[in-house]
Amino acid sequence: MNRLKRTDITLRFRHIWVRNLITYHRIWKVNFLVPLLEPGFYILAFGLGFSGLVGRVNYAGMQLEYTRFMAPALVATACMWNSFFETTYTSFVRMYYQKTFDGILATPVSVEEVIIAEIVWAASKAMAAVAVMLTVLIPLGYANFPGALLCIPLAFLGGLAFASIGMFFTGLIPTIDMFNLPIFLFITPMFLFSGTFFPVSGIPDWAGIFSLVFPLYHLVELTRFLCIGAMESRPLFNLAYLLLFIMVFGRLALGTMKRRLIK
Amino acid sequence: MSIIEAQHVIKRFDRFTAVDDISFTVERGEFFALLGPNGAGKTSTIRMIYGFSPLTSGRMKIFGLDIGADWRKIRSRLGVCQQENTLDPDLTVAQNLIIYSRYFEMDRSVARRRAEELLEFFALTGKRDAKVMELSGGLAKRLQLARALMAEPELLILDEPTTGLDPQSRHQVWDRLFELKKRGLSMVLTTHYMDEAENLCDRLVIMDHGRIIAEGRPHDLIIKHAAESVIEIDGPSEELRNYVKNHAVEHDDLGERLIIYAEPRGELESQVREKFCVESCRFRAGNLEDVFLRLTGRGLRE
Repeated sequence: MNRLKRTDITLRFRHIWVRNLITYHRIWKVNFLVPLLEPGFYILAFGLGFSGLVGRVNYAGMQLEYTRFMAPALVATACMWNSFFETTYTSFVRMYYQKTFDGILATPVSVEEVIIAEIVWAASKAMAAVAVMLTVLIPLGYANFPGALLCIPLAFLGGLAFASIGMFFTGLIPTIDMFNLPIFLFITPMFLFSGTFFPVSGIPDWAGIFSLVFPLYHLVELTRFLCIGAMESRPLFNLAYLLLFIMVFGRLALGTMKRRLIK
Repeated sequence: MSIIEAQHVIKRFDRFTAVDDISFTVERGEFFALLGPNGAGKTSTIRMIYGFSPLTSGRMKIFGLDIGADWRKIRSRLGVCQQENTLDPDLTVAQNLIIYSRYFEMDRSVARRRAEELLEFFALTGKRDAKVMELSGGLAKRLQLARALMAEPELLILDEPTTGLDPQSRHQVWDRLFELKKRGLSMVLTTHYMDEAENLCDRLVIMDHGRIIAEGRPHDLIIKHAAESVIEIDGPSEELRNYVKNHAVEHDDLGERLIIYAEPRGELESQVREKFCVESCRFRAGNLEDVFLRLTGRGLRE
């Protein structure tokens, strides 16, 4: 794979971040409606329709109301969807249809900086979405104040993880409709089996080990810890896993994207 | 010092050789063209000049700097107008210029002033707040040119700047390029329009199958490989065919048409005019198209 030179990565990537922000600015009002309303829908649906069936959830030695168990996971999954979609569909459109990267690569910006800018931008967007969600969840009592505010920087970290793996797929995938594959094989099982809708401790061990591989599991655990002060795992271990995931897939994303962009 | 020095440059994609050992130089202030059919290796060459594609082998120096090592310094002094529309469709006309200037880390007030000047120069001031998606092909190309000039480059690279434009837009682009040439800007152009190269350029190379097959000033190339004066005769008679063979006249026999390369107002020309031009003869000046077709053959290409 391509060599990586330290001089090829500078803070110049921030200009592309600004470019994305300006583009996003035009549609942000519509975009912010989603994180604003989404938790409401879920909580209504699960609170009214589902909690009658499940009653209370045993989690970390506590008896939790189902919606209270699930609400922090909504924050984590929103972080995942926002960042993963940004570096897959949106970056693909910029790269393939709009030729934005080709234009930028005629300026004193390196291909590595373009890729890093996309990943950091996606993480920033996830962070913004989480911040908006908290403005709903905190007043409703689903997230502790002020501790839950730490979910915002955490969303940036989680966003980097999902954005990196999304960018990795963008470097590999031949056509835009092929994104169905990683979504169906990776994102959907991760969405369901990361302690989002039921505690991982409640399922057989062999399945629980499977969950440990998913970065979402670690993000859900950390988010739950910050929102309700309880968790089944160890925060430092979760953080370390996310960091490792970012480093591995960040590097792989640079590899696949460089191979794709440099002709 | 030459502004571009290419030495034995080769570009391979897997087993396909797009650029096959070419060497050329471009001097400061020169308007230089790479001329060739589609797939000749022009765009590959251009992309190596601005460091988008790495060289497979050879050396490429721009402003005396090596493109591999000093790509960032080089690109900050270059303007590139790519073949495809790489404008930002989500931004307005003016925003496209301003955002672009940020990649060069230009001073903001300088960038704003520069953007106004360029909007004026390319007659885009009225469209400053238009969405790029709403622009016609000609306007979009002018904006792309304006954007390439934002950082006041010392060298402007133009990859087929008029392909796909209507005649009015083409001439507008040409006028602007003429004006820039007068101001002493160095430019490299690729095109497959012979008239474009002939009218605009000081010097050019003709490329085919990744190689340079001719190099020189447009006029010199015409004289060397074709002729200043050309006679085209439709449905040539046997008599004419014999005449050109017997007199060893420079010509191409295309079956239905005979092309004679002559000197303007020369003996040959008047002979042909008197003897054979009863019906259909066309007398015209030789051009780069003649040179090109003679050097690359007239057969249909894949």
